[in-house]
Formats: sequence, C-alpha cells, structure tokens
Amino acid sequence: MTERPANLPVTITINGAVETHDVEPRLLLVHFIRETAGLTGTHVGCDTSQCGACTVLLDGLAVKSCTVLAAQADGADIVTIEGLAKAGVLHPIQQGFREKHGLQCGFCTPGMIMAACQLLQRHPHPTREQIRHQLDGNICRCTGYHQIVDAIAWAADVLAKG
Amino acid sequence: MYPASFHYHAPTTLEAALALLAELKDRARPLAGGHSLLPMMKLRLAQPEHVIDLRKLPDLAGIRATDAGLAIGAATTHWQVESSPLVAATLPLLAEVAGVIADPQVRNRGTIGGSLAHADPAADYPASLLALEAELVCASIKGRRVVKAGDWFQGLMTTALEPDELLVEIRVSRPPAGTGAAYVKFPHPATRFAIVGVAALVTRDGQGRCTRARLGITGVGPTAARLPGVEAALAGTALDRAAIEAAARRAAEGLDLQDDRQATATEKAALAGVFARRALAAAVARSGG
Repeated sequence: MTERPANLPVTITINGAVETHDVEPRLLLVHFIRETAGLTGTHVGCDTSQCGACTVLLDGLAVKSCTVLAAQADGADIVTIEGLAKAGVLHPIQQGFREKHGLQCGFCTPGMIMAACQLLQRHPHPTREQIRHQLDGNICRCTGYHQIVDAIAWAADVLAKG
Repeated sequence: MYPASFHYHAPTTLEAALALLAELKDRARPLAGGHSLLPMMKLRLAQPEHVIDLRKLPDLAGIRATDAGLAIGAATTHWQVESSPLVAATLPLLAEVAGVIADPQVRNRGTIGGSLAHADPAADYPASLLALEAELVCASIKGRRVVKAGDWFQGLMTTALEPDELLVEIRVSRPPAGTGAAYVKFPHPATRFAIVGVAALVTRDGQGRCTRARLGITGVGPTAARLPGVEAALAGTALDRAAIEAAARRAAEGLDLQDDRQATATEKAALAGVFARRALAAAVARSGG
C-alpha cells in the first residue's frame, strides 16, 4: 500500500443513539460498537464468524459483527444487548435467561440473546428443535445448551401471552 | 483481528463499479455480504489494495421469475433464498440448500454470488447449481457473458470470472415435470461447511423409469463436481433401492480426492457414495415414485 487509505465518515444508529465518526475502512463493526461507541456488552469470542458472541441486530437482522465492516453498516440501525432492557425492566428473553439459569460464565449470553430476538421474530412459537436449529450460530462452552433452550422457550411463552 | 489496510469504494451504479474493476483489476476485490472475503482478509490470506463494496448497487439483489425458471441477483442473501415463496414454489431445492448453509446469522449476510465467486471447495451452493445446470451472468465494461455452471469451477477457489468482471445474476431453469430433488450434507460440527454434500435431481417418465439424473457434489475435492458415473448408471432404471445403491457405488469415479486434515481420500470416496445414495433416495421419494 503506497498511501494510507483515507478515513471514512460513518454514521450508525446504535440503540437509538446516532454515532458519527471518521473510521479506518478496515474497522470492524464489533470494534465500532465496543471501542468507538463504548458499548462493551457485545463480545468478541472466536473472531472467525463461528461462535456468535458478537451477534447484534443490523436493520432487524441478526449478524456477526466481527464479520461486518463498520463502513458496510453506514446508515444502519443497530440493536445491541444494551438496547433490550427498557427503563430498568429486562426484556423477556433476558428475564428468561435469569429464570432458567441460561448462563454460567455469561460470555456467550449477549450473542445468544440477540440471536434469540431474531429467532422469536421468525418463529414466535418455536419447538425446542427449532430453537436448537436457530442457535446453530452461537456456541456456549458452559451450559450444555439445555437451559438456554429452556430460557428461550420461557420467553416465547411470555411474549405469546403479551 | 484486523484486515490489512485497504482503500474502500462504495459505487452507486453498476457502471461505476465495473469501471473501478476495469481500472484496478486484481488489485481490487468486490465485497458483497463479506462472509467469505472478510474472514480471509482478517487472516491476511487476502490483502486487496482496494475493496469495492457492492451494497449500494441497485438491482443486484432480488429474485424474479423468468419463462424458464428463476433469475437470482448475485447479492441475494442465503436468507432471502431460504425464505422466498417464489423459490419455494419454483425451485424448492435451492431453498433447501440455502437453509443449511452455515447458520442463521451468516445466512443473513452471505450471498449466492459471493459464494459462487469465492468457490470454497466446501460451499453448499456449487453442488446444487451444477446439478441444476445453472447459468452465471458476468458483467464488465465490455458487456455481458453467460457462463455455464459446468464451466465455472476451474480449480481450488478459482472460477471462470475475469478480474474485471462482476458476477451479477444466476439463472436457473425449472426442472422437467416428474423431477424430485434433494440436497443432503454432512456438516462440519463447528463451521457447518460441508464435509460432503450431494445435490440430486431425478426425473421419471409415466412408467416410473429414470429419464434424467443430475448430481453435484461438494466438500470432497478442490471444486464442486458433477457425478457422471452415477448419472449414467441411473438412466433407464426403475430407481428402486438396488438401482440407487448400484449407481451410488460409482460416486467417486472421476473425483479428485486427496487426503487432508478432515478425511483421507478413502474416507472421502466412502462418504461420496453414502451421501449420493441418501440424496438419491430423498430425491426419488419426492419424484412421486
């Protein structure tokens, strides 16, 4: 590379707050979220688009933010784990993880919960098999997954009752 | 992990993107969903000087019906194919394939054109698009050309796409009446890439005889490939269990099988046979027979 690439102005809305920054083209969305915007609830696990710890909603779709450039998200609307609880009240999926002990160390949990948000949008009344299949992109090393499935099934019931 | 530095371009018209490609050629890489290119860039296996983001190009994503079947824009995501009522009604095999690629998050970003242009030897789409005898439309500032899927995969991660070309559309014809189709894969437990995947289409006549068979395999060789031995063995048979088993035994014919970290060549030959048999059995069950 002969000349340093120019920085890019990028505007991304995260949990309703507009973040405009000049960034390197190679900056990954997960680092924009964690380091530029200072929201560290989104985790970097494998950094190779397998573990799902960095999952956020990008324009409503669950994505692995370690495999998206911040530049690709210019103009996008992002929801992270910090955006789920409203006025101190946990989102039903967060509450489900608490009720059903859906975590141990908690590292994978933000990604699991963001993946579960999309799961319950697409499958409001999921079978346990569907929950497992839709969590294909999220790896947990502690729980054996059973209680994560319980947590999401619990949240599905709560959300179905409105 | 950070990719090496690059210059970023986000053209807003296809003409502008093609002009950039014509100027920069192999110093630039087009970026669609980024789920093949970005992991390679993070590992520094790819270090393009320029990245041309295709996200602002109008009409590069989307699925439309044609007289023959479907035309799928190259930037159409796996989720869009997986969830499309048009694909489900016209070519359900493609929805089946899209729905078993990687995981839901990857399917939200990864694109059919990106998968085909990257040509990972374990990608899912190539096997089915070979079996469907798809056509790939490439554009450059010189114009457009159509490449048959059978001519597309030229070697490990090497395709017929020229450095100044962009893959813009994939055309797939509806299979003949009486066709059943299936895609069966053995996913790697961590990556969900296919250790082996076989797409099979079988067509029967009024008497239940096989008039046409098309099979594609991925995962076991440097590129996806057709299974001509299996196809020839099925012609004219009643597609019963004995015919399927006899044909599937020819799955390894002509494949370039090498030992690697995942399996030996002998194991790959065995897997090819087993998954050819399973894909055929599933396809036959859907052919009305």
